[in-house]
Amino acid sequence: MASILNVGRIAEGFVLDHIQAGKSMEIYKYLNLDKLDCTVAIIKNARSAKMGKKDIMKIECPIDYIDLEVLGFIDHNITVNIVKDEEIVEKMALTLPKEIRNIVRCRNPRCITSIEQELDHVFLLTNEEKEIYRCKYCEEKYKKK
Amino acid sequence: MRHLMSPLDFSVEELGKLLDLASDIEKNPVKYAHACDGKVLATLFYEPSTRTRLSFESAMIHLGGQVLGFSSAASSSAAKGESVSDTIRMISCYADICAMRHPKEGAPMVATAVSSIPVINAGDGGHQHPTQTLTDLMTIRSLKGRLDHLTIGLCGDLKFGRTVHSLINALVRYEDISFVFISPEELRIPGYIREDVLDEKGVPYQEVERLEDVIGGLDLLYMTRVQRERFFNEEDYVRLKDFYILDKAKMALAGPDMLVLHPLPRVNEISVEVDSDPRAAYFKQVQYGVYVRMALILTLLEVNV
Repeated sequence: MASILNVGRIAEGFVLDHIQAGKSMEIYKYLNLDKLDCTVAIIKNARSAKMGKKDIMKIECPIDYIDLEVLGFIDHNITVNIVKDEEIVEKMALTLPKEIRNIVRCRNPRCITSIEQELDHVFLLTNEEKEIYRCKYCEEKYKKK
Repeated sequence: MRHLMSPLDFSVEELGKLLDLASDIEKNPVKYAHACDGKVLATLFYEPSTRTRLSFESAMIHLGGQVLGFSSAASSSAAKGESVSDTIRMISCYADICAMRHPKEGAPMVATAVSSIPVINAGDGGHQHPTQTLTDLMTIRSLKGRLDHLTIGLCGDLKFGRTVHSLINALVRYEDISFVFISPEELRIPGYIREDVLDEKGVPYQEVERLEDVIGGLDLLYMTRVQRERFFNEEDYVRLKDFYILDKAKMALAGPDMLVLHPLPRVNEISVEVDSDPRAAYFKQVQYGVYVRMALILTLLEVNV
């Protein structure tokens, strides 16, 4: 079996590397890639010396097309390579966003977000070390799983 | 303009000033009798709460102000489907300050985003009830003379009781505080309070089941009610509801200066025979609740007397 899988170069866009194996579809969803008109290649379970297995995503689109801040919330260990003219021009370091808006919904049925008309679902980073996000309104902890 | 959403919205210093003001109101009520002449407090109670609503109304009336509002969602336009945001925009035109109780957690915070008047959280579901905590702190400081160097026993439902969680959060900011948690196994203090609050700040605590074993070492005993609505089956509720009944025999084991507090209503966790004990402070607590709400209204309206 070949150890290298080639999925053509992209002219402009992003290469997301070191995605935890199995997480790429989650990222596809959070970045709303199904709604955007761009070419996406997803490589699942690629071999990695560092991680054993990893996922990689290649997204071909103008680089101002996608807000990548949400990636820090999903997994800030992901390496983001920004590609222009088929070259990596920048490696972006991800940090945990202080606030995430309308990315995830509060699941607490007693929270005001469950009834108030057009109220944004806002989560705030309350503990950076433990990566804990809490609903701005009811303070319910966001559980990823 | 400031609002009050959580007891921790005030720093220790600000809280000290608020409690000083409340104590001054207690000593000189006449001085404050017209402090809010011409001002209006709106009490927006989307769920019934006799004690809290009347305490707010009493506070405003004693300051010379007027009160309007509703006392259940059914008698408000919420029944027609009006949002909290729209209601507060309208109320901002009618009143100078408002106290809101809502069954949904975070509703008062939604109101603050569009309100042009100070909003006081008068209880939002199982989330926060800051004026109860201010009342508890005022009672402790008035009767004990301090908020530091205290051993506090919390007894009963420590798992679901929001007043207990808020009080712990407020008291850990003071020096030399230790807690004794007295509860059955099923109603122990939640893990996040132990880990994120007590362990994080290095506050000493112990967890026990028997009140009799520890009551002698307490400066303060905070009793709570076991609430029927928190249980999935009646059997568990019946088994736990009478787990602790504070009576004369248990009070005999307590020190001469130990205070008994309770957020009320009590059901049967404190025997009526304890009411006449000078250490029983739970009805005095209700009176302090009015003073501290008067101080809060003055502070948020920025009225200086």
